[in-house]
Amino acid sequence: MRRIERDYPIASVGGDIGLPADDPECPARGNTERTEFGRVAMGAVLDMLEEAKDLDSPTPRWVQSIGNQRGVGSQPTSTLMHCPDERPSARSPSSCKPDASRRQSKRADQPAPEVCVQRLEGISKLTGRERYVDDLPFDDALWGMTVRTRVPRGRIRQIKFGSAVDWAEFVVVDHRDIPGPNEVFLIERDQPVLAADYTRHMHEPVVLIAHPDREMCRRAVADVQIIVDEEPPALDYRLPAGPEQIQRNNDNLFKVLKIEKGNTERALEQAAHVVEGLYETGAQEHVYIENQGMIAWVEDGVVVTKGSMQCPYYVVNALKHALNRDESQVRVIQTPTGGGFGGKEDYPSNLALHAALLALKANRPVKIIYDRPEDMAATTKRHPAQTRHRTGFDSDGKLVAQHIDVTMDGGAYVTLSPVVLSRGIIHAAGPYACDNVLIDGRAVLTNAVPFGAFRGFGAPQTLFALERHMDVCAAQLGIDPIELRRINLIRDGQTTATGQVINDGTDRTAVLDQAAQAIRFREKQRAHESFNATEPYLRRGVGLACFWHGAGFTGSGEVALKSRLRVQGHADGRVEILSSSTEMGQGTWTVFTQIAAEHLGIAPADIIITTPDTSRVPNSGPTVASRTAMVVGRLVERACDDLRQSLGLDNATRGEAVTAAIRAWHNTNADQSLFGEAQYEKPPGINWDDDTYEGDAYGTYGWATYAAEVEIDLRTYTARVIDFVAVQEIGKVLNNTLARGQIQGGVAQGIGWALLEECKWELGGMKNCQLTNYIIPTSADLPPIRVAFLENAYAHGAQGAKGIGELPMDGPGPAIANAIADAIGVHANIIPLTPERIMGMMDQTHA
Amino acid sequence: MKVLSPRSLDEACALLARDPAPRPIAGATDILVHWPDNLNAKAETETYLDISALSDLRHITREDDVLTLGALTTYWDVIQSQACRDDFPMLLDAARQVGSVQIQSRGTWAGNIVNASPAADGVPVLMAYDATVVLRSKSGEMEVRLDEFYSGYKQMQRRPDQLITAIRIPRRTYDTQIFEKVGPRRAQAISKVGLAITHSTEGWRVVAAAVAPMILRCKSVEALLESGAPVRSPDDLAQAIDQDVAPIDDIRSTREYRQRVLARLIYHDLKGVLPAFS
Repeated sequence: MRRIERDYPIASVGGDIGLPADDPECPARGNTERTEFGRVAMGAVLDMLEEAKDLDSPTPRWVQSIGNQRGVGSQPTSTLMHCPDERPSARSPSSCKPDASRRQSKRADQPAPEVCVQRLEGISKLTGRERYVDDLPFDDALWGMTVRTRVPRGRIRQIKFGSAVDWAEFVVVDHRDIPGPNEVFLIERDQPVLAADYTRHMHEPVVLIAHPDREMCRRAVADVQIIVDEEPPALDYRLPAGPEQIQRNNDNLFKVLKIEKGNTERALEQAAHVVEGLYETGAQEHVYIENQGMIAWVEDGVVVTKGSMQCPYYVVNALKHALNRDESQVRVIQTPTGGGFGGKEDYPSNLALHAALLALKANRPVKIIYDRPEDMAATTKRHPAQTRHRTGFDSDGKLVAQHIDVTMDGGAYVTLSPVVLSRGIIHAAGPYACDNVLIDGRAVLTNAVPFGAFRGFGAPQTLFALERHMDVCAAQLGIDPIELRRINLIRDGQTTATGQVINDGTDRTAVLDQAAQAIRFREKQRAHESFNATEPYLRRGVGLACFWHGAGFTGSGEVALKSRLRVQGHADGRVEILSSSTEMGQGTWTVFTQIAAEHLGIAPADIIITTPDTSRVPNSGPTVASRTAMVVGRLVERACDDLRQSLGLDNATRGEAVTAAIRAWHNTNADQSLFGEAQYEKPPGINWDDDTYEGDAYGTYGWATYAAEVEIDLRTYTARVIDFVAVQEIGKVLNNTLARGQIQGGVAQGIGWALLEECKWELGGMKNCQLTNYIIPTSADLPPIRVAFLENAYAHGAQGAKGIGELPMDGPGPAIANAIADAIGVHANIIPLTPERIMGMMDQTHA
Repeated sequence: MKVLSPRSLDEACALLARDPAPRPIAGATDILVHWPDNLNAKAETETYLDISALSDLRHITREDDVLTLGALTTYWDVIQSQACRDDFPMLLDAARQVGSVQIQSRGTWAGNIVNASPAADGVPVLMAYDATVVLRSKSGEMEVRLDEFYSGYKQMQRRPDQLITAIRIPRRTYDTQIFEKVGPRRAQAISKVGLAITHSTEGWRVVAAAVAPMILRCKSVEALLESGAPVRSPDDLAQAIDQDVAPIDDIRSTREYRQRVLARLIYHDLKGVLPAFS
């Protein structure tokens, strides 16, 4: 096979984009092509390149930035991209012009952003120059390691230290070394930093060990034996706990939540049709590329921890609490973080405490880096969930009642389960209008490693159930699945399950129609009919899912956070953004720089941003919940306004006038610091009642429809996605390249969750805790992922942006399951749909 | 840990004659996977014989009736080889399915044989091509058919003092060559079911992987194919397959899945090739 190299400029466009026309000759464009280097998914790359050439977009201003070295002007720069295969000839450049009729109307007062910045730290990551926590040199550091119980539940009777190592060489820490309460500070304080006398899951930490030689640490860990009097564990969240399994209150429930609107029981009785269904989703491991890692040391009486994390102030709070220190005695610094996806929301607090306890005792820096098996076994995963639907329709297919019952596996400690459950049930009724909704949700204690935050935070689980159920309903009602959704999509002026009036001007049926059109839903249905009738063992199907995702913290969460952000005007006129929002691969630095540069009218090269250090940055809230660009980005704008105000400038003052004023201020206020500040303010008219679970659950929502085409090989029962379309309305797109990256990455993660990724459990621990046996998709497993944005600016987000990070996790699961059901007629109601599971489902269907 | 680095094949054979014999390594791709575990226990006392510098063993030689892969031939060497591409295209198919490009460029075919994984990617196609293994020791050289090389899980006809020096593949004309690897994903995966089928004047070869303690020829299936008995569905193969293989439930798949998928692959892949399959 020939290998052709060509270069394309990777443009980053401010406007919305059209979908390239589909190529009927080549449904899985290129992704099965072999090259000299094995299999590569060229489809996605080609699409990216194709769409990047969108002629109709405003020309972006370019800024080249290498690592932290700024200042390479603002001339357009093209980036070389090697494309190791031919481009399918059928796709002419004209086919990717956006279709004006498909566009959402743009608000005239929200012009496309002037400033579009290339990924700030991209080059240093690409070239391997970025230094992650494990790369940091610490000459006198000790390695830290963890001894775990290996028993899912029981009373710790004894800790035996063997004779394979010389224990005098080691620093050893247990619960008695904790200066403050033995509690990890989070929503509840039920999780010990180190298990003292009881274990609730098999990877519970008991003893910490430090030594200069990492290999010696491994030996020492193997030389400790934790003797536990075992008690009966609760291992299946779907079953009620027996009396001997009760460990919390009298029911093992962490949290029970209810949403009630209208009279659901009566409406179900009166409904023309009632459809029931039961749906289940499995756990998912984050597989961030960089494992968890942390270094701790003591400096002038201050405990410093530095490592891979999403939320530096979570770590501050955990250190303060368990180490019994005030805020001035702890300092937390983020290192460049190789992915988080929620897995580094709360767990780094545990790890920082472990490293700090060892460092305090050793009086030397201590570094703990988990290897992949330990990381997979001991850290959080996505909550497994089971959702039951009982849905009433009138004779025209209009929803009249939704009774939804959600159960989530919380694992051994509360961690974030109450808020995951909350987001889960709020999203459970979907983007539809229904007058009678009853949603019951519960998070259950089991003796599994605690489940935690993972991109989507409960919503992917309930939206899988809902959107799979909509197809089941459509089949039972004899209504086309697209039509059933169109009939019921929420319209402006109607209310959600929590009674929130939606009135944002978004045309949600346009989102649905564009996705259906882009994947050519009808044509594919027809083509599949003859394909499936003639092919001996291949079957194709197409499916879609319509969904929403609330941006920012749920309910009054943002109000409670009181997020703060500062900008500092330096003597050279440059402006630094001081925020605890972290860069973890999603583009925080780039987008913040872009927002500040645009707002002040200065060059991105004159904006400074770096990894947060809590001794310098205020608490901007955690980097979670799709809130950073929208909520904290807005604080960047307001802090910039505040800076101008401190300089006596009005908000119309931009560019050199601002930097000149900053320099002048420093000339007259030598050795002083110039700051602009902002604190979160609740947008007017947003109200939430946490007691009744009524009101405005989120400031705004992203709206989306994803469509998938699958092919199933009946020889091997293997399903493969061969085409994928993701259409969403997410407010203003701040940086097209980053936004597309978020969507394509989220879809890839969703495809993994839907088809491949299965945590195999043994006594509440993950058995397949290696990358060999926990299967994430490679590029060869991915279809072209075609992305389109509709833009409808949100008044309270930075430049009109809404949240985007989690949304793409919600759609792939149900769209793919619906496509599989369409292809082979199975009840594809559980994911992941592994070949073994599809085989079982086919047996069931044919039995 | 000790590593011996012989400068010649004779020296290697002399070192292998020691008791206990050192463990030969070349690409070390299988050994390194388990490295942290080994460090704790075995590796410290084990002695390795690093043959990677014996460049005489790195060759692909085409003669009239046989193709020889030297013991240091990597998957990548085969992917690049016109001789292999011409006569034994399944070798390339299998090589491309091994791990990643990095593994393909280090891992050797001989290593794949002696690692003796029941899920090996290279062994099924070699066996379906009637390959033989050349074993050499201080006391001489012998040649063993690959389909008689294994006797059980990780059990093989190689004495500790013997080194594989070459793999020999008879050159024949094949009218059927089928290779299938069913992994949990499309790249960088360990086989859940493997299959290689050939047909030549020597008859049928049906080789299955990951369905028994070792890779083996399915002789009942081969006999069924030779007989020309009608096969109208995968079920018609079930009995023969049941006699040949013994799959298990493990972390990667299930016995049921492996057995059924093997039957379905054979059935669908031969349907349209053989008149008996309808």
